[in-house]
Amino acid sequence: MERNLKRLGAGLGTAIALITSPISVASAAGPFEGISLNVLTFTGPQIAEPLQRRAPDFEKVSGAKVNVVTVPFSDLYQKMLTDMATKTNSYHGFVFAPQWMADFVTPGYLEDLTSRIAADKAVQWPDIAPFFRDFSATYAGKAYTIPLDGDFQMVYYRTDLLTQAGLKPPETWDDYLKIAGAFDKKDLNGDGTPDFGSCIAKKRNAQSYWMIWSVAAAFLQSLGTKQGAFFDLDAMKPLTSTEAFAEALRVYVETGKYGPPDELNWDVGDSRSAFVTGRCALTLDWGDIGTLAIDPKTSKVMDKVGAVVLPGSRRVLDRKTGKLVACDRATCPHAVNGVNHAPFAAFGGWSGGINQAASTRIKEATYAFLSYMSQPAQSNVDVTIGITGFNPYRISQFKNLDLWIKAGMSRPAAQNYLGAIENSLNSPNMVLDLRIPQNQRYQQVVLDTAIAKLLARQTTIEQAMKEITEGWEAITNEVGRDKQLRAYRETLNVQR
Amino acid sequence: MTLGPRRRAAAASVAAQAGPAASRRPRGLGALTAGLEREARLIFLWPAVLLLVFLSIFPLFVSLYLSASRLEFVPGGFALRWVGLANYRKLLLGIEQEHFLGFLAKPSLPAQVAFGIVVVLLGVILVQDFRRPDRSIARSLGRGLWALVGAAADWLMIRTLGPGGRPGTLVTTLVYVGIGVAVQYGLGLGLALLCSQNLAGRRFFRVVFLIPMMITPVGIAYTFRILMDLGKGPFAPAWRALGLAEVSWASNPWGARLAVLIGDTWQWTPFMFIVLLAALESLPPEFLEAAMVDGADRWQTFWQITWPQLMPVSATLVLIRLIEAFKVVDLPNVLTNGGPGTATESLTLHALIAWRTLDIGGAAAVAYILLLVVTVTVLAYLHLVRRRLAQAT
Repeated sequence: MERNLKRLGAGLGTAIALITSPISVASAAGPFEGISLNVLTFTGPQIAEPLQRRAPDFEKVSGAKVNVVTVPFSDLYQKMLTDMATKTNSYHGFVFAPQWMADFVTPGYLEDLTSRIAADKAVQWPDIAPFFRDFSATYAGKAYTIPLDGDFQMVYYRTDLLTQAGLKPPETWDDYLKIAGAFDKKDLNGDGTPDFGSCIAKKRNAQSYWMIWSVAAAFLQSLGTKQGAFFDLDAMKPLTSTEAFAEALRVYVETGKYGPPDELNWDVGDSRSAFVTGRCALTLDWGDIGTLAIDPKTSKVMDKVGAVVLPGSRRVLDRKTGKLVACDRATCPHAVNGVNHAPFAAFGGWSGGINQAASTRIKEATYAFLSYMSQPAQSNVDVTIGITGFNPYRISQFKNLDLWIKAGMSRPAAQNYLGAIENSLNSPNMVLDLRIPQNQRYQQVVLDTAIAKLLARQTTIEQAMKEITEGWEAITNEVGRDKQLRAYRETLNVQR
Repeated sequence: MTLGPRRRAAAASVAAQAGPAASRRPRGLGALTAGLEREARLIFLWPAVLLLVFLSIFPLFVSLYLSASRLEFVPGGFALRWVGLANYRKLLLGIEQEHFLGFLAKPSLPAQVAFGIVVVLLGVILVQDFRRPDRSIARSLGRGLWALVGAAADWLMIRTLGPGGRPGTLVTTLVYVGIGVAVQYGLGLGLALLCSQNLAGRRFFRVVFLIPMMITPVGIAYTFRILMDLGKGPFAPAWRALGLAEVSWASNPWGARLAVLIGDTWQWTPFMFIVLLAALESLPPEFLEAAMVDGADRWQTFWQITWPQLMPVSATLVLIRLIEAFKVVDLPNVLTNGGPGTATESLTLHALIAWRTLDIGGAAAVAYILLLVVTVTVLAYLHLVRRRLAQAT
């Protein structure tokens, strides 16, 4: 409680500093008295919480009133598209998944922010890590969003349990399953009830379809980021009908053996809550667990949480044969201890964009709000609070350990947490999320449904692979194979 | 201005009613009033017709067009690209077939026998119908079509509900409708019979039984979601004591479908109950008294006297519920999110999820097939009950 008050105090302090500072939002965008903005994002509490909490502060310094409108995650994409396509334009700003950008930029729905960012010193653009700046926020060489969040999926483990059992954090997915099996059905938080070896959010129509790719990434991509982990680069054929993807599905299904009985209905909120209340030995998630674990109100695992880069595999996909082959210097040039790791930049981090159809004044005010949210004075506080859903994405946030220690993390825990994210961010074999036209249909429709059916034992692994492959092929054929292949190749050529 | 025969007749009628003074041709204000009176019918009728065309017919044609289109986002807005029957083909033969129709397993021998029996029965009905003296080609063709649809539905059910099969959204919806409406009617009738007896507290129970009908379906879905959470819900201690706290009904396809059916039954039984209770209380007592005098027992009284008199109300009640049940969406959406997998998805939820992902054409195609299924089912049901109703009355 005291710590939270301190954080809020710090936030208020920064707001006051902004009013008096020469590099304030007011000086960047001018006064917006009487302007009212509608910003659309998904139903929180994460992501919506910091926007809603900071909106009144922003109104004080800029005069603009910000209404944060929320919808379920599964509705966000279509709400945005239909609002802009039908020219309803009831929303002026959007905080959304930057991987959908292809569908918004091509029809001209999103405002090009390149010149505004160049003129905005307060946002401290060079401080944003190059991946989020040049890939997540940028499309075809122009910036369309301001990053508010940094996203990598990692595996979290209970340091106390592994130390007691003399186990090392998982290096491979087989290690993950062994550790999960070792702790499953044991009381992990001392409440007298048996707990779970692994907790992974697997709910359909939510944010769970990224989890399977975190498992599959290391089996599918081994020759570096530019190799890509979704399609082959010659004919845009999905990599989902290979032995490597079958193995990933086997691992993913097997994690369910050590999970809670209703894991199929768990969204990230459920798995996070279970992990920080000590009910799980392992979990797979974005950076949120690190900060939720230091919240004294809810956490029972303070200083008992470790994070590692996504586990890898000793066997990887040979794209010529579709089979798994053992890692060697040629097949896994980036392997560590013979294990190919492929950290997955899932989602790309929540980012803010502006409706191109809004009036100039509204666009200025919306930009000012997004800039305000991203400025270090605000974001350096928000990324340390678990409930915000914002994870570190600025260089200063990785370098300045004091931020995290002030937020309640011990120095070793902060080093471990930030180290895992930095290792992911700096990996030459990082897997970029899919960002081609209609990627939402590939992932949120076809992949999500097929995985949900597999986990519910409605289909077998072979049937799920067939369903995903045929579904993706149908979309590729419908949109145009050449167009999609070109877009896919372009996304992989990013300079980091 | 010349008057048509009808108008002339109407004018003559008005003139006759008004007496000899009015038979003269009206002039000035009188002529205007008479003209307005003549046109009043059209003036009152046309707004309603236009409203109906605008609100019902126009959307029906637009959605038909949408079901043969694909939504595309283009610079400056969106475009609808004509794709013909591609959306229907996708559902019936393409990548959505398993989702929509289900996974068709190889039928076992008992399943084949069951299907054979149904086909033979349908054949017998057709032959009997053909031998009727009032037969006609149109009638026989119609019956043949019904038999074909019935056989196809039977084949689909046998192959998707049998071992190794998996029902799609179509069969899942038929299960919700068939089992749900039957159970709701049975329970509603039972409760109505109880509350029509002269029992203590019946007024109180009438109100209690009605409460679920007044709660919003989303509220009911959330309530059941909490109630059915064996690990965290209000009954968690009881489930824990029984060793069931770590069991999840939501992870089992039939467990989840059962949960949806229970929620739907809880919500809709009161509707059956209140209408049947009203029908029971309006039955003339003379027949019952006569039956008692004749020495009929309770079952005979119900089966021979009460039931036939309830038939017209029951037929209408089931028809309304049948149509409504096909559109179930709130419960599976909130209670199970359509899962596990797609196990609890109804046709409407299937369309909603397609719409959410901006597959507007796919959503419209599902909706049109639903319209077709509802129409076929309702016509079959009406045909089934018409003769029995005639016999009962």
